[in-house]
Amino acid sequence: MAERRFMTINMGPQHPATHGVLRLLLELDGEVIVKATPHIGYLHRGVEKLSESLTYSQALTLTDRLDYTSALSNNLAYCLAVEKLLDIEVPKRAQYLRVMFAELQRIAAHLLWLATHALDIGAMTVLFYAFRERETVLEILELVTGARLTPSFIRIGGLAQDIPETFLPRVREFVQEFPRRIDEYETLLTDNIIWKKRTENIAPLSAADCISYGVTGPVLRASGVYYDVRKAYPYSSYEDFDFEVPLGTRGDVYDRYLVRLKEMRQSNRIISQVLEKLPEGPIANFAATQFVPPPKGDVTRDIAALIRHFKLISEGFRPPVGEVYASIESSKGELGFYIVSDGSPKPLRLRIRPPSFLNLGALPRMIEGQMVADVIAAIGSIDIVLGEIDR
Amino acid sequence: MDRCLAGDLLKGKFPEAVEKIEYFRGDTAITIRREFLREVLCFLKDKESLNYEMLVDLTGVDFFPADPRFMLVYLLHSMKLNKRLLIKVWIGEGDTAESVSDIFRAAEWLEREVFDMFGIKFKHHPDLRRILLSDEFSGYPLRKDFPLEGHDFAKPFSVLLEEER
Amino acid sequence: MGIEDKAMASLQEVINWARKNSVWPVTFGLACCALEMMVASSATYDIARFGAEVFRPSPRQADLMIVAGTVTKKMAPMLKRIYEQMPEPKWVIAYGACACSGGIFRTYNVVQGVDQIVPVDVYVPGCPPRPEGLLKGLMELQAKIAREPLGMRKIVSLPGENNG
Repeated sequence: MAERRFMTINMGPQHPATHGVLRLLLELDGEVIVKATPHIGYLHRGVEKLSESLTYSQALTLTDRLDYTSALSNNLAYCLAVEKLLDIEVPKRAQYLRVMFAELQRIAAHLLWLATHALDIGAMTVLFYAFRERETVLEILELVTGARLTPSFIRIGGLAQDIPETFLPRVREFVQEFPRRIDEYETLLTDNIIWKKRTENIAPLSAADCISYGVTGPVLRASGVYYDVRKAYPYSSYEDFDFEVPLGTRGDVYDRYLVRLKEMRQSNRIISQVLEKLPEGPIANFAATQFVPPPKGDVTRDIAALIRHFKLISEGFRPPVGEVYASIESSKGELGFYIVSDGSPKPLRLRIRPPSFLNLGALPRMIEGQMVADVIAAIGSIDIVLGEIDR
Repeated sequence: MDRCLAGDLLKGKFPEAVEKIEYFRGDTAITIRREFLREVLCFLKDKESLNYEMLVDLTGVDFFPADPRFMLVYLLHSMKLNKRLLIKVWIGEGDTAESVSDIFRAAEWLEREVFDMFGIKFKHHPDLRRILLSDEFSGYPLRKDFPLEGHDFAKPFSVLLEEER
Repeated sequence: MGIEDKAMASLQEVINWARKNSVWPVTFGLACCALEMMVASSATYDIARFGAEVFRPSPRQADLMIVAGTVTKKMAPMLKRIYEQMPEPKWVIAYGACACSGGIFRTYNVVQGVDQIVPVDVYVPGCPPRPEGLLKGLMELQAKIAREPLGMRKIVSLPGENNG
């Protein structure tokens, strides 16, 4: 009597298309996937435990390494949580600049997603086009922050420094050129019959499943659910800007692609609004002297500022006792920080709510019943970053 | 006012479950008794005027050496009301919590992570095993009595593959 | 120097020249440094000038392992297995602070440097190092390969490994 057995194959953790160290165990019945089990933790660095032994401003540097495709967004989420705990305001100029950096990072992260996703499916040209634009964005960020990938530029209370004069013209140039570039990517992919055959009706996820699995970000919006943290719980003056939130209908890979392309256009729109409306003013809340170090110019000239700077950097500040949760809409979904403070300079618990972790949890639901050849397209469409999943 | 809506409805339906309601920086946190966890979460999800259908996050906090030692924090979001709510539950060392992975599918992986990091077990979980660390790892890292560098940090690291052992 | 020594010397030069100008890396990007490695293979920095643009997914067809990113204790057996599957001659570049020495992560799950597991030829520090750093590291490796004596290449044995 024939016994039915399924073939188990292993994908990763070293694999060119899993976007990091993800291991996927697939049980196959011929070409159809019967069961998919993701194994993660190959990049678990202990960030949450490490942050319990660092002061609040030192822990900021760890946040860059979480979602390393858009590092400034992580800084922003962390700073929002700490500023909520400390109950300090951030000046308007700093808020608008934070919005500009967050949207520039969103564009950079989506470009990287597009490049790698298209490469996995087979469209290699898009990689070179998208990396060209990503290099422009990274050069702009390096101009102001000094680092391409791990800037730690958004600090508690504002920003680390004010922007140089060459920054705004460069951004203006980028913003004018960028919509034509997105049109170029669309020409290559959107109506391409091969692309459509490989992405339409692949790995769909219904709206109810999305909500039940806690999925957020473009994956949720492609399934038709209107939830964007920038609109639901506006932060850092997002309510001053006019932008749309694109939605999809079927929740398949093609819809997620369209949603992300439209998001890039909306980000471009937000950046041009910031360029028009950017006010003058201080770059950080220097009035909150217990928590925010004084400006560097004062530190070199005034002894009292020097002493305050020294005490804040070496000992750290003492926040009030309590717990807060603050989140942003990062390019992957809702990135949140939950901080429990016991009044000491080091956090008692720093919890990172990683969007990609929950999005990946829905992967088995998406691909079970589909063909094994579509797994790569599905993984690419969720846009995972292992640094964030494993922390 | 919505700020107290969930709290009031809960106090009305499960008066002995609610221990404390706190407001801090605009967020509401309701501490409930461990035995009522599933009923409270089902109620919050299914009640039409509340509809807290998304489990945004589930985590634990270690308050060593206090007793009870651990606190489980459930963060819920309601699409309808556009509000967030924190539900907190105290768990002592050695106690087990009830799994809510059939109410919120997101809890499947989130509870595995809490088990991995803190050692808190969840009853009726479909597959409770470590998720971030390897299965041979001993200890629960996010507990306060676990050293940051782990045990055996001073020894040089060596890895033997299965065929060599 | 006799005719044989001269012949061996020029043979050594030719073989080393061939090896160093076509070093094929295996894709081993682990964390943030992997992004800079990908950028190094794209148009602006162009690793293809050095003959190394062919990133092979299979270790059997590669001769260089660029460990880019943090190595955790859970990933370490995989790394060792991939290293052992690469045929001789093989080299390792530790790219980034985490691969050199554990980086900023002095924690329970991070291996403090990939040289605890495999022998490393070139270290490129930085967090992350610029893509030009990778190109400089590759050039240093090429200089190292050019100096290698023929036939007596030192093979560092790993415990339990089959040298051959």
